[in-house]
Amino acid sequence: MDLSPAQRQDLRVLAGLMIPASKEFAVPGADDAAIFDDILRSLGRDRDSVHTALTQLAARAGGSFTALDKPRQEAVAAAFLATSTPDVTILGRVILQCYYRDDRVVRSLGLEPRPPFPRGHTLEQGDWSLLDPVRARPQLWRDAP
Amino acid sequence: MTVRNDRVDVLIIGSGASGAAVAWSLAETRMKILCLEQGDWMKPTDFPSNGRDWEARRYGDFDLSPNRRGRDTDYPVNDDNSLMKVANFNGVGGGTILYTAHFPRMHPSDFRTRSLDGVADDWPVDYWTLEPFFAENDRMMGVSGLAGDPGVPPRTPPMPPVPLGRTGMAYARAMNKLGWHWWPSDTTVATTEYDGRAPCINLGHCTPGCAQGAKASTDITYWPAAIRAGVELRTRCRVREITTDQHGMAAGAIYYDADGVERFQPAEVVILACNGIGTPRLLLNSASARFPNGLANSSGLVGRNLMLHPWPQVRGYVDAELDGDRAPMTVLWSKQFYETDPARDFVRGYTLQFARGTGVVNEAVTSAAVGMLPWGKDHHRAYRQLMYHRLQIGIACEDLPEEHNRVTLDPVLKDSHGIPAPRIDYTIGANTQRMMEHGIARATEILDAAGATNLYTSRTILNSPGHLLGTARMGNDPERSVVNAWGRSHDVKNLFIVDGSIWVTSGGVNPTSTIQALALYIADSMKRRLATLFD
Repeated sequence: MDLSPAQRQDLRVLAGLMIPASKEFAVPGADDAAIFDDILRSLGRDRDSVHTALTQLAARAGGSFTALDKPRQEAVAAAFLATSTPDVTILGRVILQCYYRDDRVVRSLGLEPRPPFPRGHTLEQGDWSLLDPVRARPQLWRDAP
Repeated sequence: MTVRNDRVDVLIIGSGASGAAVAWSLAETRMKILCLEQGDWMKPTDFPSNGRDWEARRYGDFDLSPNRRGRDTDYPVNDDNSLMKVANFNGVGGGTILYTAHFPRMHPSDFRTRSLDGVADDWPVDYWTLEPFFAENDRMMGVSGLAGDPGVPPRTPPMPPVPLGRTGMAYARAMNKLGWHWWPSDTTVATTEYDGRAPCINLGHCTPGCAQGAKASTDITYWPAAIRAGVELRTRCRVREITTDQHGMAAGAIYYDADGVERFQPAEVVILACNGIGTPRLLLNSASARFPNGLANSSGLVGRNLMLHPWPQVRGYVDAELDGDRAPMTVLWSKQFYETDPARDFVRGYTLQFARGTGVVNEAVTSAAVGMLPWGKDHHRAYRQLMYHRLQIGIACEDLPEEHNRVTLDPVLKDSHGIPAPRIDYTIGANTQRMMEHGIARATEILDAAGATNLYTSRTILNSPGHLLGTARMGNDPERSVVNAWGRSHDVKNLFIVDGSIWVTSGGVNPTSTIQALALYIADSMKRRLATLFD
């Protein structure tokens, strides 16, 4: 089921409260236009769950979550998120999976905004001498002919 | 109207871990062999690690659950009455497309649980009979590991182990502090060039398919060799039922092809390789006047004794930056608590499986879901204390067989071809629950020794590890088993089963290595008995 314009607006306000912009970490909030567009484009299999969650949010808000003043929005959002229903958890995932692939956010974490393939990553061998005391142990397994 | 195909000598249903191995092994007989697979060939360019949405796709078209994934090549499973949900994959390679590539073998004691520990039943085969087939399978799949482990019987992996990395060293120091066993895990991730496979470049997302081709799945290991040897593999062919003739022998299978055409495939021998859910489903869907309770089910055990491997996880966070998702997921195992210890309040045991870490998105999603990552102004600071700081230990508990844990046919749910879907009813037994608590306590000690804080325990993981075992068990007594010691149905003498459903017990290890060794053993048994196969 598609989200209504009111639900989209509620979702954007909620996303900004869940993950606000931060000057300290130089990151946008989840209500940033590019991130929010990605969220809407990526609803996919989760569309119905997000719809259900936003219906519950609106009910808690007495109609329109967006229309509430900021302190009231924060209070309603906190109570809503604390329910941790499956639909609320899915809504959170939908926001997170788009937020944490945004180029600006990825760079702020000290990472390159790229897929794993084809460059991959470098993994250090580590200190194999740590295995020496284990090598010296007697057999642990039981034989059973 | 059903279209009748030309007869084949051997019909294999399912192209995953066991179907591929048995096809390759039987190919040398020069018999006419056909495999029907309901899914597609996978293309490495389609795997998630090619794109920026690689983590999100693990919740979508590469989700472990067929119900969530919902590809048209999947069939639904009613797993509402089970804390543990079904994980699988339907395509050429089956579950090996969507596994972590952890590749331990079962232990010798796992085949003798009745004799050694007084529980469940002994297998009709033993470790040492299977050992040559384990070794052959290691060579075919390409295993990376390190010989000399005092925790397991001797074996010689053909490639060196995956590096320890930062995460492995953190675990190793903790385990040495406690004086407990650990060893680099055997894995089918290639660490060198191997039989046409490129070495691992640490894409880090092995489970939903390896774009590099470093992870062994049977579409790139056994199948190219089997097809070169003359085996035919047809995709998008969903089998509805096995039919029988007037003598009670398997006549062949009825299936729907890629165009939805109903076809009958006659065969001299039928081999099921559909996993511990798909195989009992097919047998139960093959009920007839002669076999009213389902095919090969005179024992009443088809679908019973389902084992899923409960898999608690404990995680914590250290100050140092670790490998995260920049390396293969599994790094070490511990066999410290694998064998029965009379001092404990349970029999049998478990493997501790040490995970490398997790990805940027998955860290946020899984931590937010359990309240470890707050929303609002504290979100960013808290997140940066989690990302790439996670240690996570899985506890691979042996799941003992219990007949009430079972697969049946759902009376309502059907797949896209109208074939009744499986339903599972499953609870975790008392012995296993005590084992789980013991493992959680030990994992907590390890994380404490590693200096981890912010610990969180997950007693059951939602999608199970995808280990689907025990629902058509092997044995010598036709009243207490479905197939004999070499995989042949007691009731239908040209019907064989080679997948995890024939397991008698589950061990405390990932099963793919043992499933494939068993499939190779059964194929070898068939080849040695070709003249008397149906006697």
